[in-house]
Amino acid sequence: MSGSELKITAHAIIRNGKILRNSETIFESSDTGSDFLREAYEEGLKIDYPKFYKMDALGKSGIIATEVLLQDFDFGKYKPEEAGIVLSNKNSSIEADVNYFETARSFPSPALFVYTLPNIVIGEISIRYKFKGENAFFVSDQFDADWLHFYVSDLIHHQKIKACICGWVESVDENFDTCLFLVEKEQKENAVNFTAENLKEIYGLKV
Amino acid sequence: MSKNVYIAGVGVISAIGNNVAENLASLKNNSPGMGDMQRLESNHKGKLPVAEVKLSNESLCQQLGLPLHTSRTALLSTIAAKEAIENSGVTIKKYRTGFISANSVGGMDKTENFFIEFLNDNNAGDLHEVVNHECGAVTEITADHLGISDFVTTISTACSSSANSIFLGARLIRQGMLDVVVAGGTDALTKFTLNGFNTLMILDSQFCQPMDENRRGLNLGEGAGYVVLVSEKLAGSLDVKPTVQLTGWANANHAHHQTASSPDGTGNLLAMKGALKKAELNPSDIDYINLHGTGTNNNDIAEGTAIKNLFAGNYPLMSSTKSFTGHTLGASGGIEAVYSVLAIQEGLIFSNLRFETQMKELPFKPVTKLQQKEIKNVMSNSFGFGGNCSSLVFSKNA
Amino acid sequence: MNKDELMLQLKEQIIKQLKLEGKTPADIGDHDPLFVEGLGLDSIDALELIVLLQQEYNIKLNNAEQGQEVFRSVSTMAEFILEKQTQYV
Repeated sequence: MSGSELKITAHAIIRNGKILRNSETIFESSDTGSDFLREAYEEGLKIDYPKFYKMDALGKSGIIATEVLLQDFDFGKYKPEEAGIVLSNKNSSIEADVNYFETARSFPSPALFVYTLPNIVIGEISIRYKFKGENAFFVSDQFDADWLHFYVSDLIHHQKIKACICGWVESVDENFDTCLFLVEKEQKENAVNFTAENLKEIYGLKV
Repeated sequence: MSKNVYIAGVGVISAIGNNVAENLASLKNNSPGMGDMQRLESNHKGKLPVAEVKLSNESLCQQLGLPLHTSRTALLSTIAAKEAIENSGVTIKKYRTGFISANSVGGMDKTENFFIEFLNDNNAGDLHEVVNHECGAVTEITADHLGISDFVTTISTACSSSANSIFLGARLIRQGMLDVVVAGGTDALTKFTLNGFNTLMILDSQFCQPMDENRRGLNLGEGAGYVVLVSEKLAGSLDVKPTVQLTGWANANHAHHQTASSPDGTGNLLAMKGALKKAELNPSDIDYINLHGTGTNNNDIAEGTAIKNLFAGNYPLMSSTKSFTGHTLGASGGIEAVYSVLAIQEGLIFSNLRFETQMKELPFKPVTKLQQKEIKNVMSNSFGFGGNCSSLVFSKNA
Repeated sequence: MNKDELMLQLKEQIIKQLKLEGKTPADIGDHDPLFVEGLGLDSIDALELIVLLQQEYNIKLNNAEQGQEVFRSVSTMAEFILEKQTQYV
C-alpha cells in the first residue's frame, strides 16, 4: 500500500528522565515530573517561550518533544495549512482533569479548565510552530502504529498535508511517555521509511 | 473503488427529543429544549439554563439493559447509535463495520460522583464509577452493545470531535477498509463542564441567542448523534437507496489560542474552503449552512467573518440549531450532521430561534422562520477548543 | 492598606496566579497595560484575574466586559479594589 515513499525524518522521545532525538540522548536529569520538564526547558533546550509555564504537563511535554523534533525543520518549506498533527494517548487529559477538579472545590480555575481536553496540546503546538493543517487526537488503549501509519499516509496522499507530526503523548501522575515522529515526503539523512514496523521499533526503543 | 459515501441511517437523542422523529417534530415546531436544571445537581440550578435529555439514567439503562453504573455519556451514545443502525436497515454483522465515536467528557459524570466522596475521605467512593472515566471506555461500551468489533476508535478534539469522526468514517470507506461506519459523538452534561464553562464566562443565564448582535453566551446541552455511512456498493444493495451523501470535509487549526477562535476566523475559513474543494462545489452551490453558532461573542464573530469572506455577497440560508439543543460539545457535530441530513431529506431549513438583531459586523442574518425549500447541499460547521475547526458537506444524490 | 502597598501586593499576586515565571513586581509598571502590548496577557488570564479578585478580595465581577476596564493596569485594579472596599465599610 501507499506510504513507502514517505519518510520519518526525525523522532523525539521523552521517557524515564531522558530526552532522545533520533535515538540519541540529548538531555538527562534525575529530576522527575514537572521539575524534569522545567529543567529540560530551561537548561537542556534553552527555549524562551513564557507561555510554557502556564501549560499543563501534557502541553509542556508536547512542546518540548516538538521543539526537539523540529530542530532541523525548514519552516519556510511548507504552508501552515500543509502541516498537520495527529496525536494519541490512553488517558486523555486525566491529569488536568484532576487538577481542575481540586481547584473547583474552592475557586475553579479557568486556566486549568482549558487544559481538560487532550487536544489542547495540539493547539499549543499549532500556536507555537504555526501548524494549521488537519489535526486529530485519538484516545486508544496503546500505541497503535498501524493506525497512525494509515491515518498519516492518508493525510499526505489524499488530504493535502505535506508534513505531519504524529505520535503518542501521555502524562499520568507526572510520568511522561512521549514519542513524536515527523513525517515528510523528503529524503533526508538518517531518515527511515514511514512504515508501521519502523514506528513500532522507534516507539519501543529501550530508554 | 468508488469515492461516494452514502448516509444510510441517522439516530439522535437530545434535549428536543429521544429519537429522530421527536427531534424533527421539535425543529418543525420551533420548540427549544433548554430549561431549568432537572437532573443535574449544581449550585447553578435556577440560574443557568441547560438543555437536558429528558430521560433519566435509570430509564436509559432499563431501555438498553445496561448496568446502572454505566456513564450517561455511554447511555446516550448507545441509544442514538442503535437508532441509526435500525434506521439504516443495514445488517451490520454481514459487513466490515466500524464504530467511530467522539466525546469530550468521557465518564466524567460518574467520576465526579466518585470524587465528591473521595476528596472527603480517601477510602470512600465507588471505584466502579471511575473505571469508565477515559473517553475511549465510553466508546467501547457502546461498541460492545452494538456488536461492532472490526474497527472501533475514539476521537477527542473537543467540540469538533464528532464531525471529525464522521469524515474519518468516510475516509475509511473510500479507502476500502470498511463497508459500514457508524460515526458521530456523544456528551452528557456534567458539573465539570458546567463549572468550567462558567469560569470561562461564556454561559448565557438566559436562553442563548446565536448570531445575534446582543448575544451573551451559550447554553450547555447534552445528547448524541450518529450517521451510518456506507459504501456505494452497499448503498446500491439496500431496499431503500440512500438519497444523501457525505461529499466534502476538511479540518484545520486556528493556531491562535488554546480555546478562543482567531477573530478573523482563519481556521473556520480553511475548514469551509477545504470542505467545498473536497466536494468539488462552489460557494454558490451551498443552499444551507448549519452553523456552529454557539452564541458566544468569540465564535459567532469568527464564524460569521469567515462566511463573509468565503461567500462574499452570495450568502446561503443559515441557522444555528444550538438555539434548540444548546451546545452539546462532543456530540454537536453528530447531532447537527443528523439535522443536516434531515434538512435535505425533508426540504427544510430550521429556524435560528430568538434571533433579534443582526450583528453589525456582518452583512447577513440567520433564518428566523422554518422554511420549506429544495436543498441540494448543506454545510455543517463544528469548531472546537484547541483551535480544531471542521466543516462537512452533505449533498443530495444528483 | 494604601494604594502603593496594594499595587505591590497585586503585582505579586498577579505573577503567582498567572504563572509569569521570571517576572518580578519591578517588571510591571503601575500604569503598564496588562493585556496585549504590555504583559501580553490573554482572555484566559483575564478570567484568572477575576478569580484572583474573588479569592483574595472577595469582589465578584459578573461579566468579562467589566474586567476590560478594571484590568487596564495594576493602578486601575487597585483603584477598583479600594473603591469596592470602602463601599463595605
